[in-house]
Amino acid sequence: MNGIRLVLTNFLSGLGRAQFFLLGVLSAIGPALLRPRIIVRQLYMIGVLSLVIIVISGMFIGMVLALQMANTLDRFGAEDAVGVIVALAVIRELGPVVTALLFAGRAGSALAAEIGLMRATDQLSAMEMMAVDPMRRVVAPRFIAGVISLPLLTAIFSVMAIGVAGGHLIAVDLLGGDTGTYWSQIHANVDLTDLRQCFIKSAVFGAVINWIAMYQGYHAPPTSEGVSTATTSTVVVSSLSILALDFVLTAFMFR
Amino acid sequence: MTGHEQTPDLLVSVRDLRFGYGSRMIYDGVDVDIRRGKVTAIMGPSGTGKTTLLRIIGGQWRPTGGTVLFDGADVHQQNRKALYRMRQRMGMLFQNGALLTDLTVFDNVAYPLREHTKLAEALIRDIVLMKLEAVGLRGARDLYPEELSGGMSRRVALARAIALDPDMVMYDEPFTGQDPISMGVLMRLIRSLNTSLGITSVVVSHDVEEVLSIADYAYIVAGGKVLDHGTPDQIRGSESALVRQFLEGRPDGPVPFHYKAPPLEQDLMGDAR
Ligand SMILES: Nc1ncnc2c1ncn2[C@@H]1O[C@H](COP(=O)(O)OP(=O)(O)OP(=O)(O)O)[C@@H](O)[C@H]1O
Ligand SMILES: [Mg+2]
Repeated sequence: MNGIRLVLTNFLSGLGRAQFFLLGVLSAIGPALLRPRIIVRQLYMIGVLSLVIIVISGMFIGMVLALQMANTLDRFGAEDAVGVIVALAVIRELGPVVTALLFAGRAGSALAAEIGLMRATDQLSAMEMMAVDPMRRVVAPRFIAGVISLPLLTAIFSVMAIGVAGGHLIAVDLLGGDTGTYWSQIHANVDLTDLRQCFIKSAVFGAVINWIAMYQGYHAPPTSEGVSTATTSTVVVSSLSILALDFVLTAFMFR
Repeated sequence: MTGHEQTPDLLVSVRDLRFGYGSRMIYDGVDVDIRRGKVTAIMGPSGTGKTTLLRIIGGQWRPTGGTVLFDGADVHQQNRKALYRMRQRMGMLFQNGALLTDLTVFDNVAYPLREHTKLAEALIRDIVLMKLEAVGLRGARDLYPEELSGGMSRRVALARAIALDPDMVMYDEPFTGQDPISMGVLMRLIRSLNTSLGITSVVVSHDVEEVLSIADYAYIVAGGKVLDHGTPDQIRGSESALVRQFLEGRPDGPVPFHYKAPPLEQDLMGDAR
């Protein structure tokens, strides 16, 4: 009983500290916007360097989805619906969620390790002593870049999965479906609400992953073990948060 | 009564400082004065809290008791803006350099200038090259921190610490890892920054003879207290057994060389833990 209480207290006080940290990050966003060059560099480090994994994953997920659907829908004579089903599944769920999970593994872990090492090697202290606020120069620019990157990466993932290679490749090029039907079905059944919900989800996921990564890195004990623990918990905590949040957001959106 | 004398020649005055990490006491009532335009040495065994003292003066740690005045203002009562303004007047050389690893040597030294001044890039370049020249590393300007040796990193960090021409520079172990030549250069540099620019210097060091040869005043701290303080001659001539032990570098004496532990025999003979 006492153990549970201790775990709960630790969890809640950790949550409190993390919220306090988030307030610090948010209030540093304004000043950070004055230095767009740092943000651009981070957009490259966080966004552009995640492109390869996102593009390849998007392709394969789209392909596998189309294969499964084509197989099943064929039995009901509804093979024209492959495009719609792939598109809806990707735009509503798989796009934001899978991209976010990959992003947490690729960029979130790197961010936590980078900031943890900066802490361990006194770089953050040195900035403070130079009267430079690390929240504004280190944390906030990465946060902004993360929140911008994830929706863009999600869009790229979805385009790869539905159009360029994934679904289209299987349904049209491989199984001999009709391009016109493929696209017109999608056009008729995917509306702006779906796209907006996709965007909202990925923006929220981006903020959450970056919040967790920054918090873990910033508060990592200044040791090799501390940094490695911060990296691991970033991936674990943000993956779980993404899945849980996805459920909550979906429930609200389809009310 | 605060215990602070209001003498204008004190740049920093530390009174009755108390500080601990968690339950571990580091300072237990310490008074230190840093006089304007002088070189003040702080010596003491490893792990007594010399680095901690510099961080407290810089406002990174908050003491549990006592006060630290910088130029008459309490460091730990400032709001963030005022504290940052204060820090622009302090340079700090970290023990391990603490260079920003994603910037070149040049950009590291230029960093505080770009952050805090609106100088033209050409002027910044001149200043940076001059500071690097002073530490003998003008030729290393395009290297990244990972390409430097420990001693070189520390010299770059020194150039960075003096980039803004601060009122005071705190040097944490500037001599470790330096060969005799760069050691001599650094000693002369610290001394000349002091005489020509009037920069107040605080030097933390284990190299007793070297640091005493450039210091105007010295403190020896151990066990949470100031053991002795005075001019280098007073320190050298000190009768105190503690100070003699420290100066002569003997492991046994009033200052324990060992971190607190049970006797070795007991540890070796005892049950494995
Ligand atoms: N962040 C910290 N958290 C907990 N304990 C710390 C922390 N930093 C330092 N200490 C402890 O405080 C003591 C003083 O540390 P400090 O780095 O100030 O010593 P020092 O006098 O500079 O030693 P050295 O000469 O080896 O650099 C050390 O024994 C260390 O164990
Ligand atoms: Mg130290």
